[in-house]
Amino acid sequence: MTIASSTQLICFTVLSAVVAIGALGVVLLPNIVYSAFLLGGVFLSVAGLYLLLNASFVAAAQVLVYVGAVNVLILFAIMLVNKKEDLAAIPGLALRRLLSGAVCAGLFALLLRVAFTTPWATPGPEPVGEEATIRIGEHLFSDYLLPFELASVLLLMAMIGAIVLARRDVMTADIATGEPADQGLIEKSRTPLLLEKSN
Amino acid sequence: MVFANPAVVSAGLDLEASFTDLLQGLGLSPGAAHLLWLPLPMLLVLVAAVVGVLVNVWLERKISAAVQQRIGPEYAGALGILQPLADGLKLLFKEDIIPARADGLLFTLGPVLVLVPVILSWLVVPFGQNLLISNVGVGIFLWISLSSIQPIGLLMAGYASNNKYSLLGGLRAAAQSISYEIPLALAVLAVVMMSNSLSTVDIVDQQTGAGILSWNIWRQPVGFAIFWICALAECERLPFDLPEAEEELVAGYQTEYSGMKFALFYLGSYINLVLSALLVSVLYLGGWGFPLPVEWIVNLTGQPIDAPLVQVITATTGIVMTVLKAYLLVFFAILLRWTVPRVRIDQLLDLGWKFLLPIALVNLLVTAGLKLAFPAFFGG
Repeated sequence: MTIASSTQLICFTVLSAVVAIGALGVVLLPNIVYSAFLLGGVFLSVAGLYLLLNASFVAAAQVLVYVGAVNVLILFAIMLVNKKEDLAAIPGLALRRLLSGAVCAGLFALLLRVAFTTPWATPGPEPVGEEATIRIGEHLFSDYLLPFELASVLLLMAMIGAIVLARRDVMTADIATGEPADQGLIEKSRTPLLLEKSN
Repeated sequence: MVFANPAVVSAGLDLEASFTDLLQGLGLSPGAAHLLWLPLPMLLVLVAAVVGVLVNVWLERKISAAVQQRIGPEYAGALGILQPLADGLKLLFKEDIIPARADGLLFTLGPVLVLVPVILSWLVVPFGQNLLISNVGVGIFLWISLSSIQPIGLLMAGYASNNKYSLLGGLRAAAQSISYEIPLALAVLAVVMMSNSLSTVDIVDQQTGAGILSWNIWRQPVGFAIFWICALAECERLPFDLPEAEEELVAGYQTEYSGMKFALFYLGSYINLVLSALLVSVLYLGGWGFPLPVEWIVNLTGQPIDAPLVQVITATTGIVMTVLKAYLLVFFAILLRWTVPRVRIDQLLDLGWKFLLPIALVNLLVTAGLKLAFPAFFGG
């Protein structure tokens, strides 16, 4: 075994272990902030796996989009609303956990079966390497143009929705209670000091 | 597509080839020789980055003193040149405190996550045709995506400190970093469009040919201004140092940090400043290019361009030019820091979203139009 291939094997093993253990941690840890940070670690390791597959552009895009945007947004949301409070116990928690565990185990078994029965073409097609950036660009502007544009419209809709929800001054009534909403800034009123002099 | 002038590509020092040839001459296998070569450029660049920070700290102290009509550090070495070393040693020996109710693990991991992406970004900084760690194809895009990891470290540090000022500072830092990343990336995209490549070496190659006249700053003046403003904001330099605004937030996300963990933040911010200055010089000021075309000067002396002595001289000029341009920009940044007042958070976000972003988009559109209209000047 050459140095290059053994390095690749070690990297693959470590990255896959981090992805698997990190993903389990995201789901199982009780502290939601830890889950969010671990999710960032999982995204980074997936980017590492892309690098191992010679897809450096996809890896960089993965870091930029998932770690830099999605994960930071998740962290923002958690940190802005994170109140330390004891949540009320949900009735039948043990049964719920059992059921969700069974569903996950079933899905895992299904995926394993698919992975082992599919005739994978090994070794796969030759990696395009540095040419990938050009190839991705060509695809985005030809046969994948419609999905790409549709995704951008979807994101625009989500953004407008978020702005409408965040800007309370466009709504006259509270969504939950139906009472007229107070649009004023929550600030102590004060008389301007220089008002009389200017008159 | 024209990627690079072939005469330029064949020229330039290839230290890796010479080094591996030397080791193979001593009887080592090619694989082992390559393995021995790998850590050398990384170590060299790491040392260069740290020395760059020391110089930077000294400059900051001296220039701030000059701006305020003081003398500045004077007794530690000639002109106080050893002062940054003393600063570093002090931080090294300080007690490392983790606040009682803080989250120890995240508190330690935060500064590391801030520093590591910045150091990794040095991977793509070229000091010459072959004088960089790795000429990866995604080049400048790698830097943009790596710098997007930093906000996570800042949020982590702010959250783990268990201090309201830290949390607010961390949130501000992350918001600022995300807001200015977008115009920054758009400004870079305009340059990338002109050079038809993301690789930093290709971007510089496209600016050689006519010396100072072919630098991107003449073709991308708006992009240069946007990039520089955004780079200052990403480095949290004044006038954009809101995350650590002393009057409002004590010291932002750094409030609870001391000793070496604080030093990591400090190191990270200064390495980031030097890195940003280097990238401005690569993207807009011709990288390692001399103001007069090197080939022209060499032809005047009558030497062949690939003679060993000529190559050593051109490579040295390249390194000196890159560092000189970067430190001129650093000087400008320090002067700005000690001259202008800090902006308010709403002004900062307004500037980013309502001014820089539309201008960057227009700049991109105009560049695309000019590229179609004048392919000879804007990289067809």
